Amino acid sequence: MSLTTQRPAGSAPAPDETPAPEPRGPRRRRTADPNAQRPGFSRYPFLIIVLLVAVLPVYWTFMIPSRTNADVAKVPPPFGPGGHLLENIRRVFDTVAFGKALANSFIVATSITLCTLLFCSLAGFAFAKLRFRGRGALLLIVIGTMMVPVQLGVIPLYIEMQKFGWTNHLISVIVPTAVTAFGVVFMRQYAEQAIPDELLEAGRMDGCSTLGLYWHVVLPGLRPALAVLGLLTFMQAWNDFMWPLIALSPQNPTVQVALNTLAAGYYRDNTLVLAGTAIGTLPVIVVFVVFGRQIISGIMEGAVKG
Amino acid sequence: MTTLATSASATDAAPPRRRPSAARSRIRRITGVTAPYGFVAPFFVIFLVFGLFPILYTFWVSLHDRSMLSTHSGDMVGFRNYTDLMKDAYFWNAVRNTFWLMLMCTVPQLVLALVLAHVLNARLRGRTLFRMGVLLPNVTSIVAVTLVFGQLFSFRYGLFNWALDSVGLHRINWQAGDWTSKLAISSMVIWRWTGYNALIYLAAMQAIPKEQFEAAAIDGAGTWRQLWHVTLPALRPTIAFTGLVSIIGQVQLFTEPLLFETTPGSVTGGTDRQFQTLALFMYEEGFHLYHFGYASAVAWLMFLLTVLLAAVAYLITRGGSLIGGTRTPGRPRRWPQPRRPAGRRVPAATSTPAATSKSVPTSAAVAASAEPADGPAGGLQGGAR
Repeated sequence: MSLTTQRPAGSAPAPDETPAPEPRGPRRRRTADPNAQRPGFSRYPFLIIVLLVAVLPVYWTFMIPSRTNADVAKVPPPFGPGGHLLENIRRVFDTVAFGKALANSFIVATSITLCTLLFCSLAGFAFAKLRFRGRGALLLIVIGTMMVPVQLGVIPLYIEMQKFGWTNHLISVIVPTAVTAFGVVFMRQYAEQAIPDELLEAGRMDGCSTLGLYWHVVLPGLRPALAVLGLLTFMQAWNDFMWPLIALSPQNPTVQVALNTLAAGYYRDNTLVLAGTAIGTLPVIVVFVVFGRQIISGIMEGAVKG
Repeated sequence: MTTLATSASATDAAPPRRRPSAARSRIRRITGVTAPYGFVAPFFVIFLVFGLFPILYTFWVSLHDRSMLSTHSGDMVGFRNYTDLMKDAYFWNAVRNTFWLMLMCTVPQLVLALVLAHVLNARLRGRTLFRMGVLLPNVTSIVAVTLVFGQLFSFRYGLFNWALDSVGLHRINWQAGDWTSKLAISSMVIWRWTGYNALIYLAAMQAIPKEQFEAAAIDGAGTWRQLWHVTLPALRPTIAFTGLVSIIGQVQLFTEPLLFETTPGSVTGGTDRQFQTLALFMYEEGFHLYHFGYASAVAWLMFLLTVLLAAVAYLITRGGSLIGGTRTPGRPRRWPQPRRPAGRRVPAATSTPAATSKSVPTSAAVAASAEPADGPAGGLQGGAR
């Protein structure tokens, strides 16, 4: 599924397909990567600059709150970290309901992730392995919905939530994004490759119901894809802003909404605001550092499919 | 129930295009008929209730004089909200800002992403490190990005103004200016999305059959000419797709202009509304001024705009390759070889020009650049399956 599995597949083309090595071949090296050329040295400086540009704002997010406002206002601005991080973080918790925000964000992101994994794997399994009338048409509809800008429906969505009595409850943020078309397509793609029909057949012979097949055969087989989809979904849910801002109040916020409240103070106290930002960003950074490989492979897999 | 069951077996009997294996059809026969519908139902229920219905209902709300504060649906006013909008200078200002930002965000971002993907597409040392570094901006939230860029762009204490100062230039009040504020906002978008798009391009580049690059290399095309003549034509569907996604995203640009504002509680996108986008205008009308009907009219126009842009993009690229997956159902499956390399199907077509190119060097570049139009697009999707 991941790149690491794609790669060896590409690196070992069946000999009968490859044209005979070209006469001027010896100078050229065979690469592990299908299209990779040998890198010239000029690539590295370029990439290092890109890396610095990518990292600098993230570094800034953690460096600024370790300083005092007086430090930050100095004329050559500080570039290294100082020792005031904890103090600024304490101020964040004194200013807004940040503890509650963190808890809410964990609840919301975890619930959305679990629902997404359940619903998307069920639907992906059905689309990949079960035959039913209208399957092709339904799948087309799923893919088509990826293009629908549902965020534009916020006003009726808000009216709906009022009708359900869900405004300012976390459930109003969880349910609308509890399943995504991307997830369904992603799961279908993987299930098609990874779950052998013979295994389903064998499960059938042992008297499994369709739901039993899902639980005992499909779900274990989908585990790598579930991990990737779970990571992507968690980060997306954690970072979501517009709808939580509308649906929730500053008294019952998610992290992103609480950051908005922090930033809307009478003057923007940057060490305070960025201290909150640093705490709010830390979980996704940790997830990214630990699982970066899987996340990258997930995005690139999705890309080849898209 | 019985009719469904019989029709199902009829499907099995009919000569299907995709030749289901014996095992497959047996599974089909013993699978419950209703279970699959139950499995896909959650997606459709949630999408209908919280996705499609709100979008369509937006139009209905936009025909009313509805306030956020009352649950009453308000008086039917026909198209008055729309005629009012056409006379609203703030609306047209938001339209103008949205289009400029769309241009300033999308074009540099995709060009940079292509260059970056090309540079990444090599046997690099520390490949994972570079890929992660490139993706890092994308995992930080837009709120976080905007807040830290707000600090970097701040007039008195920002890093950028300090840099301008130290090379002897004037400090810029980024936020106050018409173009400078748009530049700042587009830099946030570009920073967050370039790496993500680069990885998508990289994935597509790696699905291009190697033979095409070899043919071009034999003809003496350097790495940048290969980018132009081999990679770009092959990536056309991917570029169209990312461009479309980016444009649709920019129509809804909201968080950056909301939080780049430093005046407390203001949602006008700067004191002169110099960076108020359509989404922010909609938010202001709907959730600050409580004009639900009027804001719905804005949302509906944004929806139509999105559909229009998508249609234009679709017409430009002409064909199903825009959304690769749509072709899947009708295609023969290469079961049970789960991870076929993209090259499997394509080489038959491409190895020939690659082979002939040795004797006719000049034609190879032409062949290589003409070939990709169909080959890699198919190979690109084939690689995923």
